[in-house]
Amino acid sequence: MSTSVTERPDSALPHEGTPMLEVKDLVVRYGRGRKAAAAPAAVDRVSFSIAPGETVGLVGESGSGKSTIGKAILGLQKVSGGSISYQGTDITSAGAAQRRALGGELRAVFQDPNSSLNPRNTVGTSLAEPLRLRGVSAGEARAKAEDMLERVGLPREAVDRYPSQFSGGQRQRISVARALICDPQLVVCDEAVSALDLSTQAQVLNLLADLRDERGLSYLFIAHDIAVVQFLAQRVVVLYRGQVMESGPAAAVTENPQHPFTQALVAASPVPRPAEQAARREARESLGVRTGAAAVPGPGGCPFRLRCPLATELCATERPALRRVGTADVACHYA
Amino acid sequence: MIPSVAPAPADADQTASTTSAAAPRRRAGKAAPTKASRYRLFASPGAVAGLLWLAALVVASLTAPLWLPFKTEDQDFTAVLSGPTAAHLLGTDELGRDILSRIFAAAAGTLGTSLITVIVGVGLGTLLAMAAAGAERTEAVISRITEVMMSLPGTVIILAVIGAVGTNIPLIMAILGILMSAGIYRVVLGQAKSLQSQLYVDAAKVDGLSPVGISVRHVLPGLANTIVVQAALIFAVGMLIQAGLAFIGFGPPLPQPSWGGMIQGASQHVYDAPWMMVPTGAVLALTVLSANAIGNALGKAPNAAAPHLPSAAARRHRAQAVAAIAAAPAPKDADAQEAPGNGTLSVRNLSVGVDNGVGLVTGVSFDVAPGTVLGLVGESGCGKTMTALSLLGLLPSGVSVSGGQILWNGRNLAAATDKDMEGIRGRDIALISQEPMRALDPMFTVGYQLTAAIRRLRGMGKAEARSEARNLLEKVGIVDAQRILKTYPHQISGGMAQRVAIALALSGQPRLLVADEPTTALDVTVQAEILSLLRALVKDTGMSVVMVTHDLGVVADICDQVAVMYAGQVVENGKTAAILDNPRHPYTLALLAADPHANDADNMPERLATIQGQVPQPKDWPTGCRFAARCQFAGSACKDPVPLLASGTGEGLVRCVKADQLAVEGMDWLATDVPAARLLPISSQHTTAAHQHTTVIEKDLA
Repeated sequence: MSTSVTERPDSALPHEGTPMLEVKDLVVRYGRGRKAAAAPAAVDRVSFSIAPGETVGLVGESGSGKSTIGKAILGLQKVSGGSISYQGTDITSAGAAQRRALGGELRAVFQDPNSSLNPRNTVGTSLAEPLRLRGVSAGEARAKAEDMLERVGLPREAVDRYPSQFSGGQRQRISVARALICDPQLVVCDEAVSALDLSTQAQVLNLLADLRDERGLSYLFIAHDIAVVQFLAQRVVVLYRGQVMESGPAAAVTENPQHPFTQALVAASPVPRPAEQAARREARESLGVRTGAAAVPGPGGCPFRLRCPLATELCATERPALRRVGTADVACHYA
Repeated sequence: MIPSVAPAPADADQTASTTSAAAPRRRAGKAAPTKASRYRLFASPGAVAGLLWLAALVVASLTAPLWLPFKTEDQDFTAVLSGPTAAHLLGTDELGRDILSRIFAAAAGTLGTSLITVIVGVGLGTLLAMAAAGAERTEAVISRITEVMMSLPGTVIILAVIGAVGTNIPLIMAILGILMSAGIYRVVLGQAKSLQSQLYVDAAKVDGLSPVGISVRHVLPGLANTIVVQAALIFAVGMLIQAGLAFIGFGPPLPQPSWGGMIQGASQHVYDAPWMMVPTGAVLALTVLSANAIGNALGKAPNAAAPHLPSAAARRHRAQAVAAIAAAPAPKDADAQEAPGNGTLSVRNLSVGVDNGVGLVTGVSFDVAPGTVLGLVGESGCGKTMTALSLLGLLPSGVSVSGGQILWNGRNLAAATDKDMEGIRGRDIALISQEPMRALDPMFTVGYQLTAAIRRLRGMGKAEARSEARNLLEKVGIVDAQRILKTYPHQISGGMAQRVAIALALSGQPRLLVADEPTTALDVTVQAEILSLLRALVKDTGMSVVMVTHDLGVVADICDQVAVMYAGQVVENGKTAAILDNPRHPYTLALLAADPHANDADNMPERLATIQGQVPQPKDWPTGCRFAARCQFAGSACKDPVPLLASGTGEGLVRCVKADQLAVEGMDWLATDVPAARLLPISSQHTTAAHQHTTVIEKDLA
């Protein structure tokens, strides 16, 4: 495999001072043994950073490794290589004790509102759990849980009810409340709104935006829907088969994508205006991106080459390094 | 046609919106899970009887010294081997000992030592399962050990132990428990692993909760039900094995009574005193049955009350509903004649309801002309899937068409029998669903399933069907059809599976395709490909499509007509371009305003518009406008039922008394509930961050 990727310009990390989160050359492989080592990595040398108060969107299709990156950051997935540091401290292989110390600052909101709360516990018990682990008294934890419920737009009495008594959107608000109850610095939102209906999705997105502005939170916002990411994120990282294809300011990446994959992804997202959508459809068809159905690339080179209209022999042999095109970093030889 | 509506006074609007804001979120509390299992126990008469019997047995044996008429070793030589008498209620044995006294004296020992098996077996099995569920390597080790344990001959080990240490019943029962723990481990492990993979366990890990803490707080409570069921069953098995051991002479030392020993004694006199076997045998059998009945009642799945197959009552209900609709008089025939012939679907006033009378879909009407695509759009709980499934006669059990007509080629499908529908499904009307894998049987190759469907639906021969299957796969855009025909469903990707599912739906050459969220589970790039495929198929074959979706972008992409559904009604209906570009119903307005796809990055709003509250439950639907409680524009006129009226854009229809007023005034659905915090100077911090960002970028470029 090429080593050129590690020589990417420092400009890929455009922040001064200590970033809230820094992911460097992260590699995650599933499974053990020789066979797993030969298979392509689920996450392959991914680097990005999140500044204090910044929201970074992680976009990609299923199997792009975006959720795996989130899990690795949260310590739910073993890392095979590279490093993750939180406010300058290396947490790549932090144990339960270190996680507990960190657990108040680095939090998560997960996708499925049905399984992210224990159905056997009351909402109050679920909300209080992270506080109780930090030695907060039961009464204080309950009071804080009530305050937090009110903040996310639910009645204070909700503490004594069970998750099954709430709708999906309400449950997702409870999950947000649980994530924010110990005043975190960074929240990993893994497809936090994709299971919700449009109007509920908008409510939760607004809530996340409000809380961010109120508390100066940083988010790592993982989603497959680029329009949702665009609403919340200042910067976007686009993944394909575990590798970063493009990363840069949200507006640049979504409005003027440089990488052929990002172009395909943006063009495929339908807009609810029939005339514009017809034009977009034609534009998408003229891109010449091939179907991904049977495209499993071998190791080395660009992972997108089998679908890419620009691909040449070079793309099969050399993995393109991230390089600056306009305001974004693009991993393409020809972008 | 302008509805004559008195303009609602502004203050009325105000009150309407504030009351809706304060609309109580309380809902009737569902029973907590533990309570549910308790109810389940008491709902089963067998389990209640079992509980009573076990309780009586325990109480009787514990208080035995107080009330038993005889001591266990008292011998009454005047009444040897007697049947029931006034002195000996259950008779006596060969030494004239009172059977009643001996049964109850032995009960405490039997139950207690069986409990040892339960505690050791279930406890050890559960502990091992919880440890194994938490870590893969631990699981590998424990699973190998339990496999070895399960392959050991239990009887031989027990007899060997008895040979070595004598008949120490508690020890023997404990060893039996260890042997049985391997089986329990297997049963509990699967459930423990699925609990470990729940997101709330991940959330607890993020909190820093230790593995032991996770097991105790989040896994163990979820296992409680399984554990209790297993305990009841093991208890029964333990009693039987103990009795069996006593029967072959390995019971408690001799003068001491035991149920197995008493049965063994009785078996010696089975010809001269057959009664002797009855009391002990009956007590043992009843106790074992009780434990099993309790286990069964606890083990019933929580949803066992709502079986998946339609009950006889549900079938009768459907038959009645069908008969009632079929008997519905003239208008049907008039409509049928009116409706143009081939390939037109025309739904008239369709109502779908639960058999207890709650309506899920009320008065839905739409038409689908050949070669066109109709979108049914709305949030979950608005009845769009129920409407779609009713077209195929595939409503879930307990739900049926309660009124109206589904006219297809002049036939009313709402009144068709199941048998008629079997002839229509697949041939005339086909379905593709959200989960393509559901349409495919994992046990058979794609080719086998396709050819089987083609042969059944078109009556083709084997070879002909096979080449047709290849044609179909090529038609749905699969390049290497020959290879895909030989694969199993799990070997292909989701997008490919949806193509195969579409090919399967096309195998009967349907004139109408019902597509229930066909692209929701797919990546956007794959979704775009599938939508292009569907569009091409509609163009080439002239079939029509009813597309259920929640995605307004998908509607814009493929639908000619769209029906927006809210709370079981169509609220707006018409040409896609007219409705999406010029929405008239507040709900459509709100959906568009809430959709982040409707905005470009450069004019992305600070906040998205939302709709307060949620879609009301069918039983809570008001008589007036069903959207009024959540509507920004609701007024007093909205309390009355609202008809579908011409919207003024093309042939569109809209169900809103204020539609014209809104259109004239050009009102937009606004982003509401702006919290006070937004007004604080935090937004300036926001801009400085962005500012910093741009300066950094500029520096980098320099």
